Amino acid sequence: MSTNYRVIGTRPIRHDGADKVTGRALYGADINLAGMLHGYVLRSPHAHAIIKRIDTAKARALDGVKAVVTAADFPVTPDRIVDLGEGETPLSCIRGNVLASGKVLYRGHAVAAVAAINTHIAEEAVKLIEVEYEVLPAVLTAPEAMAEGASILHDTLKTKELGEQTGRVSNVAEHFRHTMGDVAKGFADATVIVERTFDTATVHQGYIEPHNATALWNNDGRVHVWCSTQGSFVVRDTIACVLDLPVSQVKVTPMEIGGGFGGKIPVYLEPVAALLSKMSGRPVKIVMSRKDVFEGSGPTPGSHTRVKMGVNAEGKITAAEATLAFEAGAYPGAMVGPAAMTVFAAYDVANVTIDGYDVVVNKPSTAAYRAPGAPNAAFATEQVVDEIAEKLGMDPIDLRLKNAAKEGTRRADGPKFRKIGCVEVLQAMKASEHYRSELGGPNRGRGVAVGFWFNVGLPSSVTISVNADGTVNLVEGSTDIGGTRTSIAMQAAEVLGITAEQVRPTVVDTDSVGFTGVTGGSRTTFATGMAAYEAAQDVVRQMKERAAKIWETTADAVALDAGVFSHEGKQFTFAELAEKLGSTGGPVVGRGAVNPRGAGGSFAGVVVDVEVDPETGKTTILRFTSVQDAGKAIHPSYVEGQMQGGSVQGIGWALNEEYYMNTEGTMTNSSLLDYRMPTALDLPMIETIIVEVPNPSHPFGVRGVGEANIVPPTPAIANALYRALGGGVRLTRLPMNPPAVMRAVWSKAN
Amino acid sequence: MKWFDYAAPASLAEALQLRAAHPQALLLAGGTDLLVQMKNGRRQPDVVIDIKKVPELNALSIDAAGALTLGAAVACHRVYQDAAVRKHWPALAETAEIIGGIQIQGRASIGGNLCNAAPSADSVPLLIAMGGTCRIAGPAGERPLAVEDFCIAPGRNALAAGEMLVSLHIPAPAAHSGVHYLRFIPRNEMDIAVVGVGAQVVLNNGNFQSARIALASVAPTPLFVRAAGDGLAGKPVNEESIQAAAEAAAAAATPITDMRGTAEYRRHLCGVLTLRALEAAIRQAKGSH
Amino acid sequence: MPGKIHVNTTINGEATEFLCEPRQTLLECLRDTLNLTGTKEGCGDGNCGSCTVVMDGRIVTSCLVLGVEAAGARIDTIEGMARGNQLHPLQQSFLEHAALQCGICTPGFLLAARELLENEPDPSEERIRWFLANNLCRCTGYDKIVRAVQDAAKQMREAKA
Repeated sequence: MSTNYRVIGTRPIRHDGADKVTGRALYGADINLAGMLHGYVLRSPHAHAIIKRIDTAKARALDGVKAVVTAADFPVTPDRIVDLGEGETPLSCIRGNVLASGKVLYRGHAVAAVAAINTHIAEEAVKLIEVEYEVLPAVLTAPEAMAEGASILHDTLKTKELGEQTGRVSNVAEHFRHTMGDVAKGFADATVIVERTFDTATVHQGYIEPHNATALWNNDGRVHVWCSTQGSFVVRDTIACVLDLPVSQVKVTPMEIGGGFGGKIPVYLEPVAALLSKMSGRPVKIVMSRKDVFEGSGPTPGSHTRVKMGVNAEGKITAAEATLAFEAGAYPGAMVGPAAMTVFAAYDVANVTIDGYDVVVNKPSTAAYRAPGAPNAAFATEQVVDEIAEKLGMDPIDLRLKNAAKEGTRRADGPKFRKIGCVEVLQAMKASEHYRSELGGPNRGRGVAVGFWFNVGLPSSVTISVNADGTVNLVEGSTDIGGTRTSIAMQAAEVLGITAEQVRPTVVDTDSVGFTGVTGGSRTTFATGMAAYEAAQDVVRQMKERAAKIWETTADAVALDAGVFSHEGKQFTFAELAEKLGSTGGPVVGRGAVNPRGAGGSFAGVVVDVEVDPETGKTTILRFTSVQDAGKAIHPSYVEGQMQGGSVQGIGWALNEEYYMNTEGTMTNSSLLDYRMPTALDLPMIETIIVEVPNPSHPFGVRGVGEANIVPPTPAIANALYRALGGGVRLTRLPMNPPAVMRAVWSKAN
Repeated sequence: MKWFDYAAPASLAEALQLRAAHPQALLLAGGTDLLVQMKNGRRQPDVVIDIKKVPELNALSIDAAGALTLGAAVACHRVYQDAAVRKHWPALAETAEIIGGIQIQGRASIGGNLCNAAPSADSVPLLIAMGGTCRIAGPAGERPLAVEDFCIAPGRNALAAGEMLVSLHIPAPAAHSGVHYLRFIPRNEMDIAVVGVGAQVVLNNGNFQSARIALASVAPTPLFVRAAGDGLAGKPVNEESIQAAAEAAAAAATPITDMRGTAEYRRHLCGVLTLRALEAAIRQAKGSH
Repeated sequence: MPGKIHVNTTINGEATEFLCEPRQTLLECLRDTLNLTGTKEGCGDGNCGSCTVVMDGRIVTSCLVLGVEAAGARIDTIEGMARGNQLHPLQQSFLEHAALQCGICTPGFLLAARELLENEPDPSEERIRWFLANNLCRCTGYDKIVRAVQDAAKQMREAKA
């Protein structure tokens, strides 16, 4: 394939654009079915308690109430391990998080739900449900949960220690270790060693659209669910598991989705709505409130990390050690695995030990959030590297370049990097006008950091059918959260030699396309794009056969270049040939079904300038540049958009966002007023530099760009703050909010 | 939300009758606090009385003495878009522009901000600093009340059964006076004051003639720190006197630790912001005629 | 318990009537009763701006307005922003600048930005950011939104000149 692309690298208007600027696009909560009931979920007021009794009689008696559901209404099946796209999980944990059984494990844990003729009545009815709790002590942080004598969340949870089941009941689900080389020798060879501990608070993805689900349990026994999800097939399979149905009995229609960032992979409301529909015989819609979203969906873990690194006099990192304890929330599965895979990924270090702890606490069960785990880890590593650079008197980018991971570098968790763009990202940062510019003014500081996300492949399916007018319909199963209909269509257009506008992409339900994994792991433009590429190649193959039939030759004698089929001076444009399909054998439908490896990880870097008000501790972001390796930017505007969005989520994480918990385990800032995500007024323009180191495993060189961009912002801002405060004091806890900065100012003064 | 009935009286008399007939009723002006509280169950009225059609509550006028009458339901946008308010009470216009965002300012009123009686209310320290008074109507007729006496506890005000706030009255600005409200928020908009400070100064030949200082978010109610302002009277306008007032204000604060800031941090901010608010008020006073 | 209230109002220029309970917000009435689902709910307490509509010429968060308050008012929603087949310059600019990713906040941003540009044809970047601060976007980082508004403002000024 030539690199003189006709479609790839251009910026067409997205196919779903008109619907989304006119209000016509239908999101999950916009569905309105005949006879539809409205559901409301009762949530636990306690962070940790035994459910002694639930009495729903008064709720059922309220006028307008049609059904009430609790965990007792789930089918009774033996527990088993299931893999629903986010790793192996006991079914009991998935069910337990949908509706609590026996115990509530966090404030906001769903306990029961009501369907009524309107939401107001459903809400009133929920208040009539009597639940008797025996309140237990709550553990809210990993250190508390790991302490001797800590209150235990699950009396069946036994610690897995370095791969072995110990039989010991504790809040530590797993302790694992990656090790490589000789760390003791590595530190012995070091002339400078820096060791620090870092904490990050639980934060939320903050998508603007709350979770929602509408279900109809039809009279033929099939369940149809409409919802906002990152993966319709994951929802289908989860509902089937939770409700003990064959997957063929469940159909999921993914509506337009108002943001996810990893948080709309887990299933919360869908099985509840389905059960309420089964009981009432009517469709049931449930929409979370914003408070429900904060308290009852999956934020990303709080974390406690120790990082120790040593360098020799030449600035070569000789050893690195990390201990990562992550708060999984109520059920095991903190993103500590990916954190361990990324904590030193940017560096070529021979001697490494990484310990990870997956710890359950009485907070909501955590979910993925954009490069899950990696920002927590980078907040530690990238500050330690910065400190080493300062101690060596080296430019912080030069130190990173000297140690940067390259093709062939082995990570402590096993894999060897194939072609990657870490060096190129660092070089682009160093060459940027921003990095070379004068900072100017007092109380200002500049910081840099890099970050890595490995990206994933996973299955995707696409079909392409050719229309007689020379356009094609592209059918896919990947939820479009940020313009992927277009980035996928563009790859098909490139193969077919037609324009992006001549491809009409549609995201369809689980009955209408082959299995497709979640929109997550930065995989959609990569993997579903690859499926589109395959489907388009299939179309080309069939179209060549048709041309060959007309020209009385063989298909391999027909050439396709820039949308023109030709053979010995005879030519058809794509449209001309499309018109003849009916008379040459009937419709052409191409198919692509892939499960690719070689997602080709992405590196990202940040250069940021901040200014601090030393009297109030308030930080202003003066200038921010995001650099990322896209492999190949299919639609540069949406690549920039990912970089800018991830950067600003990182800025929010750095400066203000956190689950502010009281001692009873209640999040006291569960509103968009007090959770303090950045507004337009809190930011400068976000400059972007796209680096393109093609991914050899993708036909166009694509690397996913959804995630790596959120990894470097928090440490880059921390490094900038360190300099803005004149050095001498580091902020080692997120968020670095005004009171925290003020404490740093005071600690310097003393 | 629980069921309630809705009424929209067209006169003050009718509004007062409804208020007397329904002791559990709540008054709706902009609704930007009330609806939130009704949704989260903190307030459960049986009747909501929409007072936006009552003429007295929509008044925005200046009397012969140059004092401002601000109807209790006048939305923030009318305050900051009014040329006379911008000219004579610029701090009031500027404060109306920072209560919520543009959408909130299209509905929320200064009177509602006061009646809601949140310790963090942005407009209240300013109203206190400006020497504002409330016109309260009730079954027994009308009574005035100084703004600093209006809030009595978090979310509770001094209105007796059957009473309602009709309007706010702000005196004409004195010669050589300046007023400023300053708050600290972690974001740059759409945030609740971690600490807010309203300050008014009247200068006389390089000395303070008088000063009034009030604080938000550092006590159960907006806090009038009378002594901190009184201490400036007769003192020269200099760094030392301003610093002393800032320290007095900080000392009077009784902040708590919550998700918006620690007690220690808030007390510190009281000093910083009082100093900055006084400096801004002084600049204005020196520039005014 | 008394029954529903009959509300006469004007929505996107058309006389409209509906029944609502006093406790229903304008947002609920628009979405659930009138099926105008272009107005979105993100938070329910006025902090995200997704439910922005224009009420008597002024943007408000419809989650904090009662449906009964629409009586006699003029309400404009995203569904009325395009003129027939002609997108408003802001709508077109949002598409050209890729100023939306998931799109859930877009209707609110468009209505807020229109109010700004109708009153201030040449706002500074700072002023645009100030005016749009009641509208949260979690996908874009606002950069492309601000640029789309700047560009639409320029085009609207040129169209007038």
